[in-house]
Amino acid sequence: MAEIDISALTVASAQEAMQRGDFSSEELVRATLAAIEERDGAIGAYLSVDADGALEAARESDRRRREGASGALLGVPVAMKDIFNVAGQPCTCASRILEGYVSPYDATVTARLKAAGAIMCGRVNMDEFAMGTSTEHSAFKVTQNPAAPGRVPGGSSGGSAAAVAGGMALASMGTDTGGSIRQPASFCGCVGLKPSYGRVSRYGITAFASSLDQAGPIAKNVRDAATLLGAIAGADPHDQTCLDRPVPDYGAALGGASLEGLHIGVPKEYFIEGTDPEVMSRVRAAIDRAAAAGARVEEISLPHTDCAIAVYYICATAEASANLARFDGIRYGRRRLGPDASLQSLYDRSRTEGFGAEVKRRILLGTYVLSSGYYDAYYVRALKARTLVRRDFDEAFAKVDAIFCPVAPTAAYPLGSTAGDPLKAYLGDAFTVPANLAGLCGISIPCGRTATDGLPVGLQILCPPFAEERLLAAASAMETALAQ
Amino acid sequence: MNTASSQPDTIDIDHLCRLAHFDFTAEEKEKFRSNLSSIVGYVRKLADLDLDGIEPTQYGQPVVNAMRDDEVEASLPRDTVLANAPDASQTEFRMPRIVE
Repeated sequence: MAEIDISALTVASAQEAMQRGDFSSEELVRATLAAIEERDGAIGAYLSVDADGALEAARESDRRRREGASGALLGVPVAMKDIFNVAGQPCTCASRILEGYVSPYDATVTARLKAAGAIMCGRVNMDEFAMGTSTEHSAFKVTQNPAAPGRVPGGSSGGSAAAVAGGMALASMGTDTGGSIRQPASFCGCVGLKPSYGRVSRYGITAFASSLDQAGPIAKNVRDAATLLGAIAGADPHDQTCLDRPVPDYGAALGGASLEGLHIGVPKEYFIEGTDPEVMSRVRAAIDRAAAAGARVEEISLPHTDCAIAVYYICATAEASANLARFDGIRYGRRRLGPDASLQSLYDRSRTEGFGAEVKRRILLGTYVLSSGYYDAYYVRALKARTLVRRDFDEAFAKVDAIFCPVAPTAAYPLGSTAGDPLKAYLGDAFTVPANLAGLCGISIPCGRTATDGLPVGLQILCPPFAEERLLAAASAMETALAQ
Repeated sequence: MNTASSQPDTIDIDHLCRLAHFDFTAEEKEKFRSNLSSIVGYVRKLADLDLDGIEPTQYGQPVVNAMRDDEVEASLPRDTVLANAPDASQTEFRMPRIVE
């Protein structure tokens, strides 16, 4: 067997190689495990690795292939964010409160990936309960950005992006509540796809903000992201918010994709003071490339962009405060009794010792905006303002096919640089949260590096809800244009 | 009732801790009160919006009365569920006495 270099393979190329008989799934999984062994000490992407389970699943997929089975994900190892339930594996959400928890069942995303032949090789780091944008809020470890050592990988799906960028996974799964797939993909130089709200089932994914959460892939290219989306999308009786709409062949949407005639909107509110000029110039250059390839580019306005962070941090924390009430030390997770051994002290001590500071902060904020006397002034106002954010996009998409903009106001920043200033970190979500509030689909694709530090920069493309085919076609055509 | 257009609301951190079930030291309380104060100060910018007649948006996609087939499914085996409990007897979650 020739040595398999995970960093040189994509999902598609690995699949072709296995189909040709160049190597088996077992060999591919062994190479992935070896890469994790060799590289993850310095990067810290994985929280746990299921070597035995992955090898057993790989042998099973090799057996199925010998019997004539095939499929885009057959025998392909995928890294899972530590928020997806995978039966028999830990699921801690990078929190002490779930230390030792073992999933009793598969999330729908997990079950669909397994049904498509994918192999669950391990669980990757994240901000605790997906609350954060740097993965520094993990209770367990720091994850380095493989593309920029000493800097954050982004978050909350930072482990998912670092595993792919660090050559330790062909692809991974993340979740995106306010940018948590797109921003780490951008920081690490990967492709990150946030599907429309209602495209992918949330069943078995630990809930952060139920009206905003969506699962999606982080991959090395648009084609792999399309393949993974095709495997996980579609209605699910276990999630009534997952819509019963047909799942198109997303890979087919990429064939011959062109920018010719694509009407691109560029929102002026996303190119403002405070955005790193190097990020702006890389994104502007990418948009110029699109225009040169035949796209029609027009400046547009999304006038309520400035409100989006406030709306998001009210809605998301309100929902989180309710969702995380289930962690009470009774049915699962960490339990600590207080000095008087009462039920009240059990709740209080278990939660105070189990949750990290960022999670506590968000639960408190959500509790505040929902509490008597403040509910109308904060929560209801935010829901109404959310309507204005959504309407901005409705009006924009009446004119343009897709919106091109930066993913984040900065490239990857040094580890520790937002410590002690939570609001500063929240403001970094300005360009990603609007898509969640409006239920849009969005993708981040690499569009070059900053001149000063060589940091990856992502181009964000947004399309209307359930226009993933258009989104992926535009992203694929951009990927081609940028490679030329 | 407080309105978002009045002066910044005070953060009653003891009340929030009771509601959210936290048991903080005085130092922790002050840290979180200070954090919340600055974040609430920021999100109060929504007070400037004219929202008269605007309907609230609660979900990313409008879904009304989504139904599924009323089919009986097996639930998780009791032993599997109790295996994750911090304290359990053979058939139940065990917790502190709440009725004397």
